Amino acid sequence: MSLFLIVALPFFGALLPGLMNSAGRSACAGVTFTVSLAAFVGLLTNLPSVLSGDVVMARVDWMPALGLNFTLMLDGLGFFFALLILGIGLLIIAYARHYLSRDDNMGEFFTYLLLFQGAMVGIVLSDNILLLLIFWELTSLSSFLLIGYWKHLPEGRQGARMALVVTGTGGLAMIGGMLILGQIVGSYDLSVILANRDLIQADPLYVPALILILLGCFTKSAQFPFHFWLPHAMAAPTPVSAYLHSATMVKAGLFLMARMWPVLSGTPEWFMIVTTAGLVTMVLAAVIALFKHDLKALLAFSTVSHLGLITMLLGTGTAFGAMAAMFHILNHATFKAALFMSAGIVDHEAHTRDIRRLGGLRTLMPVTFVIVTLAALSMAGIPLLNGFLSKEMMLEEATHTTLFGMPWLVPALATFGSLFSAAYCFRLIGHVFLGPVRNDYPAKPHDPGAGLWLPPAILVVFVVGIGIAPFLAEPFVKLVTASVLGGEAEVPKAYFKIWHGLVPALFMSIAAVVGGLLLMAVYNPALRLWDAAPRPEAKVIFEAIVEAVARLARRLILPLHNGAFTRYAVIGAIAIVAAGLHAWISGTAAAPTRTMQPATPIAIAGWLMLVGATCGLVLMHRDRLLSLILIGIVGLMVSIGFAFFSAPDLAMTQFTVEVVTIILLLLALNFLPKRTPVESSVLRRVRDAGVAIAGGLATFTLAYHYLLRDAIGTPISEFHLANSYKGGGGTNVVNVILVDFRGFDTYGEIIVLGIAALLIYALTETLLRGPVRARLLNRKPDQPRAGDMHPMMMVVLTRVVMPVVLMVGFYIFLRGHNEPGGGFIAGLIVSIAVVMQYMASGFAWTSARLKYPYHGVIGAGVLIAGLTGIGSWFVGKPFLTSDFTYVRIPPFQEFELATAALFDLGVFLSVVGAVMLSLESFSRLARRADETDSEYPMDIDPSRDNPPPDAVQPARESV
Amino acid sequence: MTSALGLLNIALVIAFVSLALGQVLSMVRLMLGPTYGDRILALDTMVINALGLVVVIGIRQGVQIYFEVSLLIAMLGFVSTVALARFILRGDIIE
Repeated sequence: MSLFLIVALPFFGALLPGLMNSAGRSACAGVTFTVSLAAFVGLLTNLPSVLSGDVVMARVDWMPALGLNFTLMLDGLGFFFALLILGIGLLIIAYARHYLSRDDNMGEFFTYLLLFQGAMVGIVLSDNILLLLIFWELTSLSSFLLIGYWKHLPEGRQGARMALVVTGTGGLAMIGGMLILGQIVGSYDLSVILANRDLIQADPLYVPALILILLGCFTKSAQFPFHFWLPHAMAAPTPVSAYLHSATMVKAGLFLMARMWPVLSGTPEWFMIVTTAGLVTMVLAAVIALFKHDLKALLAFSTVSHLGLITMLLGTGTAFGAMAAMFHILNHATFKAALFMSAGIVDHEAHTRDIRRLGGLRTLMPVTFVIVTLAALSMAGIPLLNGFLSKEMMLEEATHTTLFGMPWLVPALATFGSLFSAAYCFRLIGHVFLGPVRNDYPAKPHDPGAGLWLPPAILVVFVVGIGIAPFLAEPFVKLVTASVLGGEAEVPKAYFKIWHGLVPALFMSIAAVVGGLLLMAVYNPALRLWDAAPRPEAKVIFEAIVEAVARLARRLILPLHNGAFTRYAVIGAIAIVAAGLHAWISGTAAAPTRTMQPATPIAIAGWLMLVGATCGLVLMHRDRLLSLILIGIVGLMVSIGFAFFSAPDLAMTQFTVEVVTIILLLLALNFLPKRTPVESSVLRRVRDAGVAIAGGLATFTLAYHYLLRDAIGTPISEFHLANSYKGGGGTNVVNVILVDFRGFDTYGEIIVLGIAALLIYALTETLLRGPVRARLLNRKPDQPRAGDMHPMMMVVLTRVVMPVVLMVGFYIFLRGHNEPGGGFIAGLIVSIAVVMQYMASGFAWTSARLKYPYHGVIGAGVLIAGLTGIGSWFVGKPFLTSDFTYVRIPPFQEFELATAALFDLGVFLSVVGAVMLSLESFSRLARRADETDSEYPMDIDPSRDNPPPDAVQPARESV
Repeated sequence: MTSALGLLNIALVIAFVSLALGQVLSMVRLMLGPTYGDRILALDTMVINALGLVVVIGIRQGVQIYFEVSLLIAMLGFVSTVALARFILRGDIIE
């Protein structure tokens, strides 16, 4: 199966559980299982080529200019991880089906789970590091959703937030590291990067890149000092803990370290950082795990400890270390996922996870007891189970590792960590299952149905199978190791076997197990000692850091970003003027290349009026209605200015926008005080005036100098002028730019326009439903009101004008491609025509005559524009490629047909819908309780009050 | 022919000057007020004058498209006047 399909299946499949939610829990889990199974089988179809040592590749260019390509690669390492993700995923899905209760929204859970699965498979199959980063972030996001799945639990929400903050911060650091790496090599393709070991390690930026990438790996894989988030993530449902926090997501960091092993490892920096972090994590977490009373917390810290073990092995930089790491990843995934699922079973049946309240479950839950015992003994490193094999290899590797010049340090610490590891495994078995049966369990424990115990049992089969017959796993682990090493080192010849002879590792192993047993014997005094010892609480520290950072951010941002528009305007104006001033002083300006045009008296008169209106606006702005009238003058003079400087289409647009703006502002002003009160001090107003004058002067100077000089580069307008008819088939360059050259921009813009209008609608809807509704309904008008709501003259006039306006709108729309006009102006004209009806005949009357809701009109517009763009796919062209042709239907002259016209129709509809929806929403606010909606267009209608007899007569006859 | 063109030019100049003067005077009325009614009426007059100005510019430059701009102003220019007037009379322009 194509690699694309393997990655895409979980993502597309994520749509299904939500849809199947109402079909029942089994259907919901079944469809999820089927999707995962399909991806799993698809992965297995690639097994032969992976086994023969080939690397399966799949590539689609995405943004080649940025080096971001959708390139996937499947080698031994990727196959190994994908197998774990999809295989254990299948078991988890089956387990979750029985674990989740009826109150849980199963569709939601499986949707998140599939999203996570897809992102995880994406990480391990990516051949492009930018693509890998995208999937990396997706796992952080989907795991956030999964950890916080039980939204009603505060621990769940806090744990999810903590996990997101820690892994997200690490991801951010990793983006930096990856970008540096890509810059060093000159390519973002992993296959290229992996072949450039010497180039990367010789680069001065190697250490920063290494540290940044390791930050990402350590946060994801919960390495010291970022280990604290994992135990808090245990607030998630147990299937999530078993899947994300033991088998897959926390291994993503390990995967990346293994993936980057050929180019990053082998240097002293790598060795020091990775081995130290791994060693510290392993020992520290093992000690903490022993004293945890929550089953899942114990398992969480043991996971952290084992992740540290694997990290340490990768850190040694030897081929044997890498092989041991890969083998332990496999073994850990099997026994730890089984243990988590068993912990979930205990929680599910006994209704508690507190070890102090458990004990003696051996006879009550025999099946679970067997599963837990085998898995836990494997984790403790007891022979004939798989954990023993990789732990031996780890200890063997430790005896050859020298840290800080002390050859005894690593072996001693490794043995010490293993000792505690063995101890908590024994505690898990001893304190939960052995001992006398109690009579105070919160619920009567018994073995669950096969749906819950079968998935962990299957994993335990692997635990025992590999433990007894390690040669079965050997070829596969060596294949994976070969692809980790990537030709930088030879795969070790060492055989996987249970008995290596009397080597030091065996004695260390025996010491650890015996020490663990002894520690268990003195557990109670040790616990008292531990409880008495002071130790930092990670969550409190984390919260304090987050709070401190937030406080710092607030102190930094609030002065700049306080919600007052004047503040932003001041900051923006000063910054822009300062930057411009700096450029002006430090740069040089060429001599003017153009001459001043003479100012005609007419132009001067227009200019004076513009200045007069603006000054009037500044002086009288406290009277809000008056300022609106003055704004009307400014708009009028600007449109005349456009006409004067030969830009008739701009004049038309400006004028129509002006009309709509006045209407919109009047609708809003109805709810506002009619006068602006004096709020700021004199000093403040002087300051504001200074800023305003500086901004105005700067704009003037810039325009003045710019207009007197030719542009330095070739302006893009020349291209548009030259190609508008040739390439776009239209002579109206503005319109061709809008619907053709920059069609994609326009498409985005109409979508934004539609969203803005829908938002206005949604806000008014909420307002009308909320507590404001009563206040709005009982609002008393703040001014005397004339009696005639809908004067007859206006009603008649607007109806007569309506068809004419629509005709003009149609005309302007049609000829837009070649002469001034187009969808945008036509949309505004038609909207004004409809608004006229609203104003003249009333809201109720007009709404009753509307066939299509405005949301639908917006949607139709966006859809038509989008479909026009998609249409070009069918002829093998990129999105929104336009085409045109000239046709001749006999009685008419030859005319042009362009796909751009269809696109323009979309623009037209979106504009009409957006303008009308926002105006309508505003006017809905103004409806009052004391007035009933009139169904008649006119308040005073003689023909209704005194119906002429002959006018009624024919109506009756026709019935 | 030349005399006819000359006459047209003179007529255009006169039209320009009267329209511009009309604009300025409307503007003065708008500033003086005293009532909102006066001001809205002044704005409406300014729209009409602007319409005239665009037509005259069109004749002067010999470009047909200006006629359409003026058509648009003529057709929709009254809408903002109506809206403002409704606002004064009823407070709410869409009821």
